[in-house]
Order: sequence, then C-alpha cells, then structure tokens
Amino acid sequence: MQQRDMTLLMLIIILTGITIWIVWPNNPGLHIHLGPIHFDRDIKVHRGLDLQGGVQVVLEADLPPGQQVDADAMAAVKGIIDNRVNGLGVVEPIVQLAGSNRIVVELPGIQDPELAISTLRQTGLLEFVDAGNTFLPPGLEVQTSFRESGEFGIPTPTPEPTATATALATETATPTPAVTPTEAISPTVTAEATPSPTPRPRIFRTVITGRHLKTAQVGQDEYGRPQINFTLTEEGAKIFAEHTAANIGRYLAIAMDGVIISCPRIESAITEGSGRITGDFKLSEARSIVIQLRYGALPVPLKVIQNRTVGPTLGQDSVARSTRAGIIGVIVVLLFMLVYYRLHGIVADIALVLYALVTFSLFKLIPVTLTLPGVAGFLFSVGTAVDANILIFERMKEELRQGKRFGSAIQAGFDRAWTSIRDSNLSTLITCVILYWFGSNFGASMVKGFAVTLFLGVLVSMFTAITVTRTIIRTLYAIGGENLRDSKWLIGL
Amino acid sequence: MTDIVGKRYWYFLISALIIVPGLIAMGISMIRFGSPVRLSIDFTGGALMELAFEQPVTPAEVRQVFVEHGYGDTLVQTTLDAKTVLIRSKELEEGEKAKIQADLVDKFGPLTELRFDQVGPTVGREVTRSAITAIAAAAIVIMGFIIFAWRKVPNALRYGICATAATFHDVLVTMGVFSILGLLLGWEADALFLTAMLTVTGYSVQDTIVVFDRIRENIPKRRGEPYELIVNRSLLETIHRSLATQLNAIFILVAILFFGGATIRQFVATLLIGLLSGTYSSIFTAVPLLVVWEKGEWRNLFRRLSGRSPARA
Repeated sequence: MQQRDMTLLMLIIILTGITIWIVWPNNPGLHIHLGPIHFDRDIKVHRGLDLQGGVQVVLEADLPPGQQVDADAMAAVKGIIDNRVNGLGVVEPIVQLAGSNRIVVELPGIQDPELAISTLRQTGLLEFVDAGNTFLPPGLEVQTSFRESGEFGIPTPTPEPTATATALATETATPTPAVTPTEAISPTVTAEATPSPTPRPRIFRTVITGRHLKTAQVGQDEYGRPQINFTLTEEGAKIFAEHTAANIGRYLAIAMDGVIISCPRIESAITEGSGRITGDFKLSEARSIVIQLRYGALPVPLKVIQNRTVGPTLGQDSVARSTRAGIIGVIVVLLFMLVYYRLHGIVADIALVLYALVTFSLFKLIPVTLTLPGVAGFLFSVGTAVDANILIFERMKEELRQGKRFGSAIQAGFDRAWTSIRDSNLSTLITCVILYWFGSNFGASMVKGFAVTLFLGVLVSMFTAITVTRTIIRTLYAIGGENLRDSKWLIGL
Repeated sequence: MTDIVGKRYWYFLISALIIVPGLIAMGISMIRFGSPVRLSIDFTGGALMELAFEQPVTPAEVRQVFVEHGYGDTLVQTTLDAKTVLIRSKELEEGEKAKIQADLVDKFGPLTELRFDQVGPTVGREVTRSAITAIAAAAIVIMGFIIFAWRKVPNALRYGICATAATFHDVLVTMGVFSILGLLLGWEADALFLTAMLTVTGYSVQDTIVVFDRIRENIPKRRGEPYELIVNRSLLETIHRSLATQLNAIFILVAILFFGGATIRQFVATLLIGLLSGTYSSIFTAVPLLVVWEKGEWRNLFRRLSGRSPARA
C-alpha cells in the first residue's frame, strides 16, 4: 500500500468525522473564546420560505415613467426597510437590492403578511421632535404630534413633569449613541416592559419634518469626532430658529418613522438655517443617520410588484415530505449500487454517504438557504455522484475482462472515465451558472436554490466519486491482492 | 453483437409518435393561451392562492365570491381534497385579498391560507425576457461546449450537429408532454419549468457526450471496421452505464415525485420526462443520426419513413 493512499485514507476518515459533527442535528455551533479571540458561529440548516412559511415581497421604486432612481437613494431605501424589518421582530430576514430599482424582502415565519407589507411600504417620515428635558434613547418608539394628527404641535413653554422624564430615561434600555439595525429595540417589547406612570402615552411635539431639510453631511467636530451637518429650507430655518432659541439646554430628538435615531441637546439658538448634531457616535453610525436624514426626507415611493406567501403548515409538511422522499430515494440508490456492483458497490455507497455528509455540511457552513427545489437539486446531484462511479466501474470491468492486472485496470478505469466525467459535469455546472443568473434577476429564490445546491453537489461529487472511491479501492486491492480476481461474483464481473 | 443502429428508423418513428402529438398540443395551446405551453403567473402576472377550508367547498361557489369582487376570469379548482382549492385570478388590488377572504370566511367558515403568490404584469414580462436570454445563453454555451469537446476529431461539426439535434429532440419531447398535460390537467409552466428544461438540456448533452466519447476512442482502435459497426459497438459498451445512471436518477426523482411535497411535483415530473428522453435520445437519436449522415441517407430518409409507417399501421 502506497504512502499516498495511506495519507488520503487518513484524511478521508478525519473528514468523515468532522462532517458527521457538523451534520449532527443539534450542533452547538462554534464558539471559541481564547483570550482576545472570539469566534461565534451557529451551524444550522437555513430553511427557505417555502420550507418554513413566510412572505417574500419584491418592492419597486414607483416613479413616473422616464424618471430614473439613483443608486444612493435605493441604498437609503434599503437601509430604511432594513430598520423597519428589524422592527417587525422577524428572525433572519433578508433585504436585498435587485437590479437598479428593486428590493427583495423575505420575512420568514410572519403571521400577517398584509400588515408586514404595509409597514414596509410606508413612506419614511423624518421628524425633529421636542423632547423637553427628557433624553430619548435611540431605538425608542415615540408618538409624535405629526404622526398622530398630521399637525405640528403648539409650542409648550413649560417643561414636562420630571417624573415622566426620569421614568422614561431609567426604564428603557441603556442609551446607545445611534441606531443600528441590530440594536433597534423592538417596539412591542418596550411597550410591554414600561409600566406607564401616566395614564396616556405622551405625544411629543413635532418641530419640523424631513421636508424642511435641504442637505445633510457627515463632518467632524473640533476633536475630530464625527458629527452631522445639516441645512434647512427657508421655512424650516425660521421655525427652527424660533424653537431652538426658546429651548436651549433641552433635547431635540430626531425620529425616523417614530423611532428615535438620535437625541442631541440644543446647545445654542440656530438661526442661520444650518446646524450640527453631535453625539457619541462612530463614523459609520453618523453615515447611517445622514442617509436616513437625506432620504428619509425624500423617500422613493415603493409599490409591491411581487408577493409570495407560504403558510406555515405547507412549509412544515414540505420539510417532512422531502426528508422522507430523500431518504427513500437514497436508500434505493445505495441498494442498487450494492446489488449491481457488489464489492465496488459498497465502495461507491461509502463514497455516496460521504458525499451526502460533505454536501450537507457545506449547506450548513456556507450557509446555503435550502428551498424545496434546492433539496431536489441536492438529491438530483446524488445521481451525478453515482454516475461518475458507474462510469469508472464499467470501465474497470472492461479492463479486467481484457485480462489486465488490478493495478492497471484501476488506473485505466479512472483515467479513461475522467474525460467523460469532466466534460459532462462541466456542462451541468455551466447550466447552473446560467440558472443562477436567471434566478437572481428577479428574486426567484426557488430557481437560485436549485442552481446552488446542484452546483455544489456536482463539485463535491467529483471529489467523493473519484478521490474517495479510488483511495478505498486501492486500499482494498492492496489488502486483498490478486486473490480478488478469483471471486468474480464479488467484483461483479 | 446486438444490432441497435440497424433499426434506426424504428427509433425515429417512436420519437415521432411522442413528438407529433406534443406539437399538436403546442399548436392548440398556442391558439388557446397564446404560447406553446400554458404559462403561469410567473410569466403572465396575476395571483395564485391556495386555501384550505374546514369543510368541503365547491369551486363554482368559491369562484362566485371572486366574480362578485370584480375578478371575472378567475379559475378555481380543488387540489388534494374537496376542502383545498387553488385559485388563479388577475392581480388583486390592494386590500382586495383581505376583503375576499373575509367574504369566503362568511360563506364557508374558517380557512387557512396555504400560499399566496402575486406577480405584477411588468415583472412577468421581464421574467419572460430573462427566460429567453437564459435559453439563448444556454444554447450558445452548450453548442460552444460541444464544439470545444470535439475540436480534435474529424467531422467535429457533424457530431456537434447530431448532439444538438438530440438535445432539440429532448426539448421537443419535454415541452410536448408538458403541453399535453397542460391541456389535460391544467399544468402551467413557471420559473421552475424553465429550470427543469435547462437542466434537462445540460444532462442530455452530457449523456450524448459519453456515447460519442466512446466512438471517438474506438475509431482509431478499429480501423477497417465499417463505421456503423464501430458506432454500434460503442453504443453497446456504454449502454450499461447509460442505463445504470438513468435508473439511479429515476429512483431519486420517482421518490420525490411520490413522497415529496406537492409544490414541486410538476418540476420533478418535468425533470423525469426530460431525463428519460435524454437517455433515449443519446442512444436512439444522436448515434443513429451519425450513421444516417455517414451513409448519406438523408436523401431517402423521408421516402423510407413514409414507406415504413403504413407498414406498421
């Protein structure tokens, strides 16, 4: 037995061990904490909408014909939608830009698709609200006069009772400098957790809205920390000047769709129609606020152009069914190979099991979102994996029948079959690439799912059906030697 | 040695027996639906809703509710049992879905929405456009691939054309059968149908390449043997592989077809038809065509076909 085979065999055994660990249903994931090194990764199956139920919506910028939407605006819209999706409290949502003017949103496990869609489509509303002496932590959902009644409230010269202010400040989460999608506090949680000291929720007065905003940019303060510079329209500047002059030292919160994104204190009267927002935020956070300021003020109206909803029962049913179908199909293939190719069949079966382990591990690691067609693609590639072995075995049999020795028959079997395997797999891989392109063009995750799993399956099959099978067969013949030739039944001659 | 190639005209006849009805079905579909296969909302735009009621309902009554809301050309059919209905309608206006479902609950009691798909007409047109691009890209790539694979062989063009003809055969068979099923069972081609078709094309070429590969290998080995004999020998040498591979793929697909989820049944069925046709065509279409070409039988092909058909009848 050659050294190389020995090494390969060891590697294959190790690989088997690792993949079994990864595929294990309740895999705890990787959580490595070695001093400064922190590595956390869950290893689990990502199920597509058709397997767990949920809704997929494709939104399109709704502009008059001929008008183009610029990429920045779409990026901003995506950011806003991201925030709203997070507000919905969905686990593992997907928000993706598709093409130049579309956004694909996937919300797994959502109960009321209509409500979710209407939440996504609201035109973004940016407000500067008078927070009085209350610091409003970012992420807090507030009610504002503009959102309630569409009106700007009348100035309230008297400061609010401090009781409310402290209640709000202490009972909500620790203040964070600016909102980021993951840190956004779910509105419902806040509402439940806050035992309201006042009978009615407080309605904050809207000072100006996004339509009073002219520009917003990221700048730096005197210490080099990021800040946000903005300018206002003429009307906005007038209102702003009056308000800031009367409220120095108080908070002026900035809210997007009723969720606080920043709560600066008014340091001085701002009369020239431009100002700055300082705060303890990072550059990236400042950028994200600027995007929201700019485009929250000028959101692109969106329309739903595609909506796919899968009920949770259908999804669950599909998982159970496709698992059963897959197991039955694979068992039949394993039996067929065993009966038809006997000893070589066992080897092919080992390779096939390893193939399934490796492919499934990749699905969990990458991760690949599994859809029903994706599962079909995976199972379909089982056929490809066996095909490579069949090509090789048939070739080996021919060579053996011609009286060649085992060593050279194995060699010839693999060498001659290789061109066929390579050519045929190449054509499948190319098809997968075209399908992937086709699928990603309009958010057809079903088509994409099939293309991805088939592609991966074909690649892995080239490894397992060739390298693994060859190593095991060579090992077998190294042990069994030419004696095996006499047991014609065993090698299926 | 079993003579496969000699009976080539019988195979062409069998292919014709499947393709001709398919073509007729495609013609009828063309007149009735404006395309060779019935197209789903993925391409046309519209809404598709699957609802499960707690008691049996009649499709006509369910349809009536849609008609009352102004959706005249709505189609309703029961799926698994009399309690589950599949509804196809025009794109529903905003808020209409909730109203219609509320009316349905009033009339037939509680319902569960199993799935709901709605595609706008503009998207449908775009999907159609990208579908055409994908098909064209696949065709060009596969042709290029065949030419590349056969670049060192004499008469490469001939092999390329025969492989393409076999692939075209599979496309016709699959589309034809699907079109017939569209007329009989209301099957509709969606984005997954196209996926199945493109996959079938890839596999069809692959099957043909394996057989052709053997011919390529045998030609220099057996100089002096007539071409027909070499080709037949190559076929017999690879037929085990073709059948074994085919059987495995069939096991898997049949398992998904019978035990898998209902949502991908049409997709898997399309793959299965295409795959069967692909294996058939690599043995019984592509290779015999090579012989027909080699022997210059093109001129009397039609005469022989018309001579044989009545004999069979």
